Amino acid sequence: MSIDVASAERTIRRGKAITLAAMVGLAGLYLLALRYTPTERFEGLVQKVYYVHPPGAYAMQIAFGVVGVVSVLYLWLRDERLDLVAEASAEVGLVFGAMTLVTGPIWGQPTWGTWWTWDARLTFTLIEVLVFAGYFALRSAMQDSHERARYSAVLGVMALLLVPFNHLTVYLFNTTHPKPITLQTNKPQLPDEMLRTFLVGFGVFTVLYLGFVITRYGIGLRRAAMEADHA
Amino acid sequence: MSIWKPALAIARKDLTIEWRNRTALLTATVFAILVLLIFIFARDPGVIGLPVLAPAVLWVALAFASLVALNRAFLLEREHSALDGILSSPAPRAALFWGKWLANLCFVLVVQSVAFPLWILFFNVQPSGALVLVAGVAVLTAIGFTAVGTVLAAMAVRTRFAELLLPVLLLPFMLPPVFFAAQLTTRLLAGRPADELWGWIRLLSVYDVVFLAVATLLFPVVVEE
Repeated sequence: MSIDVASAERTIRRGKAITLAAMVGLAGLYLLALRYTPTERFEGLVQKVYYVHPPGAYAMQIAFGVVGVVSVLYLWLRDERLDLVAEASAEVGLVFGAMTLVTGPIWGQPTWGTWWTWDARLTFTLIEVLVFAGYFALRSAMQDSHERARYSAVLGVMALLLVPFNHLTVYLFNTTHPKPITLQTNKPQLPDEMLRTFLVGFGVFTVLYLGFVITRYGIGLRRAAMEADHA
Repeated sequence: MSIWKPALAIARKDLTIEWRNRTALLTATVFAILVLLIFIFARDPGVIGLPVLAPAVLWVALAFASLVALNRAFLLEREHSALDGILSSPAPRAALFWGKWLANLCFVLVVQSVAFPLWILFFNVQPSGALVLVAGVAVLTAIGFTAVGTVLAAMAVRTRFAELLLPVLLLPFMLPPVFFAAQLTTRLLAGRPADELWGWIRLLSVYDVVFLAVATLLFPVVVEE
C-alpha cells in the first residue's frame, strides 16, 4: 500500500480544521460554564470543573477503546493505516488522560479535602494512562515499522481485555467518587442550564478528539510516506 | 502434529539450560530475598508491626521476583538466534508459546517456593494449614501473569531496553491478579470462612483462563517473520 505526502497533508489540514472548530466550541463551553450556568450551592465555583472533567475522561476512554478495536482490526487486515490510527488515538488518549488526572484533584481538594484518594475512578484512569505510557515506550523502542505495528497491536488487544479486570479491581478496592447519575430520570435533576452545558461539553470533547486524532493520523501518514520515499 | 509433545520438549529444553547453569535461578531467588529485606528496613519497627505488612510484602516480593525471572525468558533465544531454529521446526507456534510459558511458570514457581518459606520466617507468620492454601493462591496467580509475561517478554526482548520495558508493560497486567491474591491472603491468614474466599478465587481463575487463551492466540503474531 502506498501513501503519498500530498494526501497526508490534506488529512492534516482536515484535522486542523476540525480541531479549530472544536477550539471555538471549547471557548463557547467555557463561556457557558462561567456565564450561563448557576454556581453550585455547596461546592461553589470549583464545580465548574464538572463541564470539562467528565467529558475529558470520556474522550480518554473513547481514545483507548479505539486503540483496542483498531488493534484487533490491524491483526486481521494488516493495513498499515490502522496502526497509524492506533498510534494517533493512543497519543490523544494520553493527553485527555493527563487532563482528567489534572482537573480531578483541582475539584477533589476543596470538595473531598484531599488532592488524591485511591478511589476507583481515579485509580482506573491512572492505570489506563500507565498502560498506554507503556504502549508508547514499546513503540518508541522499536525500529522496524512492521514489527512495531504488530507488537503494538498485540499490546493494544491485551490492554482492551485488561479493562474489565481493572474495573473490577478498582471498584472492589475502594470508591468514593460521585456516580454518574446525571441522565437517570429517577435521580435528583440538574437545573437545565447545567445539564445543557454538561452535554455541550461531551459534544465539544468528541469533536476535539476527532480533530486531534485526524491531525495526528495525518502526521503519522506523512512520516510513513517520507520514510517510504527514503527507503 | 500434537501441540503437547513439542511444547513439553521446548519447556524441557529451557529448564535443562536453567538447571545446568543455575545463575538465573540463584539470582532471582537472591533478588526475592532482598525485596523481603528492603521491606523490613523500610518501615519504622516501632510503628508498623510485621504481621500487618506481611501479606503486602509477600505479593510485592513474588511479583518483582517473577518480573526478574520473566526478563530472561527470551534472552537465550536471542543470543544465538536460537528462536529462528525453533521457528523453522515443524512445531506449531502455539506449542512454542505453551513450552515457553510452562518453563516460565516452573521457573517462577521455583523462585516463589524459596521465597515463600523465607517470608514465613522473616515475618513471623504463624504456621498453619492456611499457608498451604496461600501457596496454592500463589500458583493460581502465577498461571495468568506468566502467560501475559511470556508474550510481553517475547516483544520486549526485541527492543533496545528490554529489561526496563518489561516491568513497565507487565506491571499494569499484574495489578488485578496481585490484588485478588492479596485479598485472599489476608482472609486466609485471618481464618475467614470459605464463602468469603470463593469470589476472589473465581476472579483469579477467570483472569487465568482469559489471558492464557489470549496469549495463546497472540503469541504467534509476535514471532511471525
